[in-house]
Amino acid sequence: MTQGQFSGGRSWHDMGGVFDGAPGPSVDPAEHDYALWEKRVDALMVLTSSKGLMTVDSLRRVLEDMGPESFETMTYYERWIASVTQNMIEAGVFTVEELRAKTAEIAARGATYGEATRPMGEGAGS
Amino acid sequence: MSGAPNFLPPYWEAQAARPRFSMGSKVRVRSGAPLGHVRTPWYIRGKVGVVERIAGHFADPQELAYRRDGLPKQPLYRVRFALEDLWSGEAGYDRRDTLDVELYESWLEPFWDYGGDFEAQAKRLEAEGGGHAA
Repeated sequence: MTQGQFSGGRSWHDMGGVFDGAPGPSVDPAEHDYALWEKRVDALMVLTSSKGLMTVDSLRRVLEDMGPESFETMTYYERWIASVTQNMIEAGVFTVEELRAKTAEIAARGATYGEATRPMGEGAGS
Repeated sequence: MSGAPNFLPPYWEAQAARPRFSMGSKVRVRSGAPLGHVRTPWYIRGKVGVVERIAGHFADPQELAYRRDGLPKQPLYRVRFALEDLWSGEAGYDRRDTLDVELYESWLEPFWDYGGDFEAQAKRLEAEGGGHAA
């Protein structure tokens, strides 16, 4: 079977069956608490998907395109919000410039999550 | 097509793609390595398995990932593979050790055992409808 001319090769995330030479670290099966902002990222994904602005497939596509380094340097929901943000720019929900301006406005409210979210009528997030 | 994905395709679109394979069909997973968002795991490409069930019709995630509608929906199959055909475990595997993978129809081709006679297989494939119009 011939491969197409535009072969992408094996994608970095497609690592099923790759043996790294040693037994992997054991997985901690314990549940852990999620921060408020993490729950909100999850809710954003549900909300934007239900409005047809993105799909779980487009979420994953951006995560894959972020490359293996992102899995070393970012937490799970940090990667998610990066992907949701990218998808919203693609969908035309906001522009890169609007995102920059809003991010600056929020950052000016204060350094903590509680301060940053106060104008939304929320108490301090914890 | 562009625009937001259509989550509620008309009934006739959902029914457009009739399954090419049925339960028990022997299939080979295509061994291509295309660019883009691909759901078929690398380790299963080129392997031969048996259709365990037709899991339904779904919009193509390879298209949905790029903001297209992925229509018409394609059949999704649960295909069963023998572990000994997939991994080279030192201890070996029992024939009863199997792995099921859900695969979209565009990734599957019919498999007949021609014992490596690829010319004969190519002729059969052509007679059956010429493989896949990508």
